[in-house]
This record gives sequence, C-alpha cells and structure tokens, in this order.
Amino acid sequence: MAAKKKANKKTAAEKKAAEKAVAVTEAPAEPPPVEMVKIKVDGKEVEVPKMTKDWEGNPRPTTMLEACEIAGHDVPHYCYHKKLPVAGNCRMCLVEFGMPAMDRATRQPILNEDGTPRIDKMRLPYDPSLPRGAIACATPIAPGMEIYPSSDWTKQMREGILESLLINHPLDCPICDQAGECKLQEYSVEHGQAESQFAEVKVHKPKNVDLGPRINFDAERCVLCTRCIRFTKEIADDDALGIVNRGSYNTISTFPGKKFDNNYTLNTVDICPVGALTSKDFRFQMRVWFLKETKSICTDCGTGCNILVGSREEKIYRFEPRENDAVNSSWMCDSGRLNYKWVGREDRLAQVSGTRFTDRNQLGSWKVAIHEISEILRDAEQGSVAIVGSAKSTNEELYLLSQLAAKTGAITDAVQRLGSGDGFLSCEDKNPNSNGCRLTGFCFTEFGINTSKIEEGIKNGAIKTLIVFREDVTKQGIPVKLLKKLDHLIVSDLLPTKTTEHATYLLPGAAVMEKRGTMVNFKGRLQKFMKAVEAPGDARPEWEFLHELVFNVTGNNGYSTIEGLFNQMATDSKAFKELKWAEIGDTGVEVDI
Amino acid sequence: MPKEHRLILKHIDAEGYTRDIKCYMKNGGYKTLEKVLKSRGKKEGDKKYSPQEWLRQEVLASGLRGRGGAGFSCGLKWSFVDRRSGKPIYLICNADESEPGTFKDKQIIYKDPHQLIEGMIISCWANDVNLAYIYIRGEFVEGAQILEEALVEARKKNFLGNKVCGTDFKLDIHVHRGAGAYICGEETGLIESLEGKRAYPRIKPPYFPAVLGLYMCPTIVNNVETLCNVKHIAKMGSAKFAALGTPRNTGTRIVSLSGQIKNPGYYEVEVGHATLGELIFDKNFGGGLLDGHELQAIIPGGSSSKVLRAGEKFKVKKPGPDGKPVETEVDLLDLPYDFDSLMAAGTMSGSGAIIVMDDSTDIVEALANVAEFYAHESCGQCTPCREGSLWMSKALHRLTHGEGRKEDRAYLQRIATNIQGRTICAFGEACAWPVLSFMDKFGDEFEARGEAHEKAKETEVGGFVPHKVAASPDS
Ligand SMILES: Cc1cc2nc3c(=O)[nH]c(=O)nc-3n(C[C@H](O)[C@H](O)[C@H](O)COP(=O)(O)O)c2cc1C
Ligand code: SF4
Ligand code: SF4
Ligand code: SF4
Ligand code: FES
Repeated sequence: MAAKKKANKKTAAEKKAAEKAVAVTEAPAEPPPVEMVKIKVDGKEVEVPKMTKDWEGNPRPTTMLEACEIAGHDVPHYCYHKKLPVAGNCRMCLVEFGMPAMDRATRQPILNEDGTPRIDKMRLPYDPSLPRGAIACATPIAPGMEIYPSSDWTKQMREGILESLLINHPLDCPICDQAGECKLQEYSVEHGQAESQFAEVKVHKPKNVDLGPRINFDAERCVLCTRCIRFTKEIADDDALGIVNRGSYNTISTFPGKKFDNNYTLNTVDICPVGALTSKDFRFQMRVWFLKETKSICTDCGTGCNILVGSREEKIYRFEPRENDAVNSSWMCDSGRLNYKWVGREDRLAQVSGTRFTDRNQLGSWKVAIHEISEILRDAEQGSVAIVGSAKSTNEELYLLSQLAAKTGAITDAVQRLGSGDGFLSCEDKNPNSNGCRLTGFCFTEFGINTSKIEEGIKNGAIKTLIVFREDVTKQGIPVKLLKKLDHLIVSDLLPTKTTEHATYLLPGAAVMEKRGTMVNFKGRLQKFMKAVEAPGDARPEWEFLHELVFNVTGNNGYSTIEGLFNQMATDSKAFKELKWAEIGDTGVEVDI
Repeated sequence: MPKEHRLILKHIDAEGYTRDIKCYMKNGGYKTLEKVLKSRGKKEGDKKYSPQEWLRQEVLASGLRGRGGAGFSCGLKWSFVDRRSGKPIYLICNADESEPGTFKDKQIIYKDPHQLIEGMIISCWANDVNLAYIYIRGEFVEGAQILEEALVEARKKNFLGNKVCGTDFKLDIHVHRGAGAYICGEETGLIESLEGKRAYPRIKPPYFPAVLGLYMCPTIVNNVETLCNVKHIAKMGSAKFAALGTPRNTGTRIVSLSGQIKNPGYYEVEVGHATLGELIFDKNFGGGLLDGHELQAIIPGGSSSKVLRAGEKFKVKKPGPDGKPVETEVDLLDLPYDFDSLMAAGTMSGSGAIIVMDDSTDIVEALANVAEFYAHESCGQCTPCREGSLWMSKALHRLTHGEGRKEDRAYLQRIATNIQGRTICAFGEACAWPVLSFMDKFGDEFEARGEAHEKAKETEVGGFVPHKVAASPDS
C-alpha cells in the first residue's frame, strides 16, 4: 500500500540526497516559490497555497476545508481525515460559497459598479432560493472564490445533517466510552438545534458486536463515515471491513465468518468519530476526561511509534498513537498499544535486594548498595569486569554504562532481539534502542558477539564481576552455574528472572513510562519520552543511580537532571551533534547512524 | 393528430422481425458501421477533422441529448473525455433501466440487440475505445443472455474483435449483469459496481467519469437509447437527425406510458411533436383514461420527476411569429413532451416514462409507495439521503396507516428540502422531488388526511401518541 511504501522507504536515494546536501558547500538552491491563491473566507481575504499535500503526501489542489483552516475556521467534519483518502459521504462539511461571475459569451469576469468582480453565491439550478453547498473536504479552491463557513445557509445545512445523524442515534452517552471525545456530542452542542422533530420509530441495528478480538462494534452509534473501512483497506492493507444492507439499514461488517483481526485494528477506535468502535481492552475502564496524557514512545520494536500514555493516579489505562509523520504517521500497532499491563504487574521489582542482603538477613538499601558497588568497581582489576547491557535501555543509561566500562576496562555486550516485521510499522528489530546502543559506544557492531568471551572469562576466573542491565543472561548462554562462580553479580531489572534470582545486588529499575530519556529508532531518529507514572516502591530510573555510580567510580561529574545528562552525552558522542535536550522536540530529530 | 415516428423501434414488433444478426443485416444492419469505418474525415474552413473527430462533431451538431434521465448533450459529454491521459478510454452502455415506469431500453435489448451493438461499435470507434461494457439490470436475466448471443454473432462476423470489418480498429464488448439495485444505474455507482464494488456513487469532483471513470480511466457512460441514436445520426447525418423533433430537442424519444389509461405501452415520437395530452388521450397512443374516470395527476418522466396536477397551467416560452421567444400560458395537457418544456413546467422528462393517475388513485398512498421505493433503494452512503429517505417513508407510512398529523405536510417538506442538493448523487433529488412536488400540488390532501387521523384519535381514549407508531415499511 501507498502508506506502507512511504513508511518503509527511508530510501537509499533519500539518504544519498542528505549526504549530497552536506557534501556540497554552496548555498542550497532556493525552493521554488509556493503559488498562492487569493480567496475570501467569511468576507476576509486570505492567501492560501494553490496546492496542498493529500493523505499520501502527493500535491493536489488545496481544498476549501484546508483554506478555511488557514483562515482560522474549523469546518466540522466526520468522514474527512487528513491521513485517509477522501470519501465525502457525511456531508457535515457542506458550506455555502460564491464564485466570480463569468460572462458566458466573452469568458470575461462580470464586474460590479465599483469595478470589483461580481461574486455569485451558488444556488441550486432548479431552485435558486436554496444554496448549492459544496463539501469543503473535497472541493478545490479557485481564485476569487468566497467561502462562507459561518453563514446562515451553511449553519442551516449543518443542522440538517446533524439532525439526520441523530434521528436514529441511540443517544446513550451516559454509558458510551466515546463520551468526552465524541464528535457527535461536540457538534451537537456547537451546531445542532435544541430539539429534533423526529416523530418516527428509530431504526434498530446490532449492538455489542464482536467485530474482532480487540474491537467491539455498536452499529446504532455508527455514523457510517467509513473511516474504519478506509483505514483498514488503505493503511493496514487488509480489506476486512465493508458495509452490508442498504439505506438507513447500512451496517459496518466483516466478511461472513471472518473477524477483524490485523495488527492495526485499534487505530480504527481512535479515528471513529463516535463511540461505535470501542477497544475491548479500554471499554468501561475509565472516563477519558480523567486521564492524564503524557508524551512518550512505544518501545516494543525499533520503530518507536510516538504515543500518548493515558494514566490516572499512577496507573496506565491506555496508549494512543501520537502523530509523527517521520515515524508512525498517526498510527501504531495493536501489540505495541496493548503492551502496557506488565508495567503495573504485582511482581515488579520494587526493592533493592540480592544475596548480599539476604545472606546477612538485611534489608537492601540504595545507600548501601551504591556505596558497596562503587567500591567493588573502583577496586576492580582492569578486565575483571564485564557488562551486559540492553538495547531496551535509554541512551543516557547506555552512555553511563559505557563510562563504567571504559574505567574498568570492561568487556561489554547487548542482546539482539529479532522478530518479524510487517513492512508497515512493526519492524524486525524488537529492541527499541539498538542504534542508541551503538551510538553511545556501548556496543560497536553486532550484539551478542562478546557473550562467549564473557562466558569464557567467568569460566577461567578472569572475570569476577558481571553487571547486567535489563537482560536475563541465563538465556544468552551464561548458565546459573557460571553466575554462581562470580564474586559479584550486579543486576538491574524490572521483573524477576533467573539472573535476578542470583544477583548479589539487585537494583530495581524503571519502565519507560516511569522515567524520562531518549532512544534512537531503527531509522536513526532520536526521540525523547516523558514520565507518565511513578516507578513502584523503591525502584528508580536507572540513569539516576548510574550517574551516582559513575561519579563515585570515575570522578566524572554526574548530572542530576536528565537534561544535563543528555547535553553532556551529546557533547561527548559525535553522533548526537551537540544537541540540547530542549532541541529534540516532541517528534525527535534525525541523527547519523 | 401526431403519430408515432419509429426510428429506433422501426423493426421492433414488425411481422417476422427476429433479433438474430441475419435478420438485422437483411434489414440494412451494420451497413452504417461499414460506411463509418470507410469515412474520410472532413475539412471545414481551416479546420481538419479526422474521421473520428468528424463523427463526434456530427453527434454534437445533431443536438442529441442523453435519454437516460438528465438529458445532457451527448456530443458535449464526449467532448469532455480526457484524450491526452495516455490511459485507455472506456465506454459503458447503461442498460440498468430501473426508474419506475420505464421500460423502453428493454424493448431494444430483447427485440433488436444488434441495433444497440452497432450503435456502441460506432460510438467506440468515434471515441477511440477498444473495450466497452454493457451494464445490464440484474433482473434482465434473459436480456443478458440475448446480448451475449448477439455479441457472439457480431464477433463471428468480425464486427467485433482485433480487426473490426478488416480495419485496424480493435474492439470487444462485455456484458456485465447488475447487482439488483436502482443505484447501479447512477453512472458512478455503476462504475463502482462494474469494478466489483458496492455501487456507492463517487464524489464529483474529483471523479468525473470523463476523466477518472472506470479503473480511474476516462469513461463514457451512455444510455441504451442514446447509443442507438448515434447509429442513426451516423446513418442519416446530423442535419437530417436534427430536423426531427424541435430545435434543442432533436430526434425521437421512446415514451413509456403507464398508469390508468387504455393503452399502456411504449411509443416512439419526434421529441416535442406530441403534447402530454395527446400522448395520454390520442388513440394512437394512450387512448384515454379508463371509462368513468378523470385525470388527477401525471408523473411525466419516471417516478423521480415532479408530479403535475390535472388542470395546472404553466408559463412556457415559445418562439413567436418573429422567432423571438414569447411567454405563453399553457395547460398541462398542452405541454409538448420535450426536455425544455417540461423543465419550464418545473419538472422533467427524465427517462421518458409517463405515469398517469386518475381520480381513483389515493394520492397519499401513491406518494407513500414512491417514497418506500426510494427508502429501499438509497445506497445509504451519504447522510441526508440515507436518513432522510427512510424518514420520509416512515412519515408517509403513518399517513397511510391512521397515524398522520396535520403538521406532516410541513414536516415532510422540511425533510425533503434538507436532502435535495446536499447529496453525493442525484438520488437525493430523486427521492426529494416526489415528496416536494406532492406537497406542493396536493398538500391540502395530506393535511386533511393528517387532520382526520388526529380527530379520530382525539375521540379515542388516551389520545394521539406519535411515538407509538406501528412497524414501518422495511424495518
Ligand atoms: C439514481 C439514478 C439512477 C439512474 N438510473 C439510470 C438507469 O437505470 N439507466 C440510465 O440509462 N441512466 C440512469 N441514470 C442516469 C445516469 O447516471 C447517466 O446520467 C446516464 O446513464 C447517462 O446516459 P445518457 O447521457 O445517455 O442519458 C440514473 C441516475 C441516477 C441519479
Ligand atoms: S464504525 Fe466509526 S469509523 Fe467506522 S463507519 Fe462507523 S462511525 Fe465511521
Ligand atoms: S510498530 Fe513497533 S513501535 Fe510502533 S506500536 Fe508497534 S511495536 Fe510499538
Ligand atoms: S444520494 Fe443517496 S443514493 Fe446517492 S450516494 Fe447519497 S445515499 Fe447513495
Ligand atoms: S467531511 Fe464528510 S463530506 Fe466532507
């Protein structure tokens, strides 16, 4: 599909172009001037670009809706979505408009007495007392056009459409999950009339339909905008939804006996303007207006889709995609979206512990642990330490680990996670920060090539201290038997594993949603994320205690804020081009990988 | 007294005339095609026309207007075709004939299929089309078979194929059976259906068939009768064709006459040469109303056209003695049956189907029937038509089932006004116009019906409760 191609094609050509741009030192050629068109919106003259990009990024004539937006008018709409092909079916965006009058014979504009062009408001050819509205979402602008998004006729048309949408609507807002972010509610308040004249029996349609494993459908709430159909066909490349029946009985449906089940189905819940499609996971969990939204990224694969974390009182309720055209457009995959429950799992590591404490019947504490580990590392012989880090860790964490490695002459490694990609968003690299791992110098090339050396080192006694962050090394060929041979096994993780069981020091870390930091996605985009919820118990963001360790062991100044730490890292490692934390922005920046 | 002028129906129903290619050829069939293929083009002043361009010019000059419903100039429609896109150009014959009251295309398809095929081949040649389709109404099962057989015959005779009549012109025609819905007759709905999709009409802009039609290629959609006319224009020349009928309303039209008249049926007349009254009452045509009845209403152009009430008078512009148009008052029955006169009377000749209703017709029931059809046939793609068509039908159902209200007249008028002109396709008008015109012309009767129901209710215990209405049509 077109969207796929786009998402995938961070092409060689593009890269070459980027290289060229750097290589050629002359001033870059001026971009061609943008052709502008003068129109009027509600009587106010505005200049708008003649062409605008469509949903696939191809230029096409600017639409009335886009022009109105530039003029500061939001034209209400249901079926239009800037990331989907235009359907023009809801008719909510109908606007009254006028065109410069033309003399048919001479093809010259007809002028008013004052010499200005005469504008004819468009009227129905068969009834000039009524407006001929145009759908703003699909009608291109033309020079001299006048659009009246707030005229009485526009309002009248809008009210008519809204009334039609409401006559058969169940109006079950009190129990509807969409309440609070429903376009039908919103527009009814803004544009509807107080009461409907409908005196008939409503059409009844299926409710609570099991459309797919993650999607529930209420046909009575559906306004038949076909956003869901267009999304799954054009974006997810799965022509799974369609309409059955006719007229007012139209209903969204899957093919008989088939389920709506691809890895992107939940995006339809986001774009459904009403509460017809609901997420089985989120249904009835929480009223949306109670949710706090935090900008973050998904860390389930190397794509790093931008997301909003919806949370309340330190509990995460949902992930939603956040628009970033350089990464995920407005979408994310279902598996990434639903992978948040583990964050609040009962067995999360929340206490500093390890055999060092249990053997002596002591409670672990950060103070003791950091103090003792610092001593161990300070005293360690060169080459007696090995570090297994993780491409799930942040750049800042990997940067700090690299400093520890440099000081102790430690051999380092990380773990590769390959899975299957789908050519759209989900990518083969299931590590979210493989590039960060390389750019911070923690690993240079492939992951896993040093593991056998570490194993050998432990076997022959050369390696006495092993530091493990966010990985279970027993699954990477370092058996428990060997771990027991170590003098010190220093582990940080979020959930218990075979490795954490045998740790001398076990330091509970924080999930991405519980801290701030940056990662570099598989295409080389540096992205930052914010903290949505607190880590459980005593667990801390790894960079916080790592910077204490680094300070204690190397004497290098530690930074107590993530901003300072990032800025330091960006100065130290070339790849980050001396960027400042503040410069990363909400949608990230490209770095050379 | 006007008589039929059988141009297209010339052989249809004639003694011994059969639909096979032999009979067609014996009667001069495919001679026009052969002539056209050998034509040389024309030079007019500075302008040089290729043979194809010349034929297109002829069709434009003939004044032929589409016979499918809208009455749009055929030559002009052809001139909009994007011939520079480098994409193939398609031609589709719209044989979906579904407008209630219309049964003219059926006669051609069932009784003289080769006339249509010849018309199509000529039209394709004129427009550089190498692949054409006949989209035939799903219910015409036998018609589809007849066309298939006729196409086989035509292929055998080299009227179709890689070398049409031995020339380099290449053409094939396929028959596609419709999906059994009225909306499949709307040209862009038809195109979607032909592409194998649900017949959801497309938005215009950007999907004008002449530019982005079938498979997003330039496409011509013409009605069966229109395409047959092309053959006759090619045969007799534009001037002779334009001499038939009246200026701007040229040629002949096949009128489907139905309702409470003595001789329902199809009649081919020169456009504008017979009045509505003549078509209904003359013994050459309808033969008058059934004995003992009087005219109540006429639906003049298929069920979607606006109804006319017996005794109505219209102001129509007619050429005066000096040739300049003068406004004259005309009685309903004196309206010439042509595109422009009916338009001047606020309605349309549409698909050429005249439905006559005498005084025995319950006008409320009649509209309820029409409205039920449109509620059933709305494709449901766009909001106003999807919701409005059933809404109107439900209200009319109430009015025919003892649950009417006096206010239903204004209520219906308001719903219909909110549909027309606001939809994706002209179905919006098709479902709104009957309601608007019935309210306009017979509003009092609807009001009286509603009032009567309210009165009756008042005497009942409990009074009138509009929300407790019995089951509605199709729910
Ligand atoms: C709802 C609707 C139904 C239509 N049904 C038919 C039909 O059954 N047959 C037909 O020829 N045209 C039908 N039309 C008209 C076609 O859209 C189109 O205008 C016509 O095929 C063009 O052919 P013509 O120019 O030769 O008339 C219909 C239009 C609408 C809006
Ligand atoms: S389910 Fe939602 S997105 Fe799909 S057509 Fe209905 S209202 Fe639109
Ligand atoms: S594609 Fe990858 S980054 Fe995006 S949501 Fe899915 S798992 Fe997360
Ligand atoms: S006007 Fe009616 S028939 Fe036409 S597209 Fe809209 S819903 Fe379908
Ligand atoms: S937004 Fe639905 S028609 Fe324009």
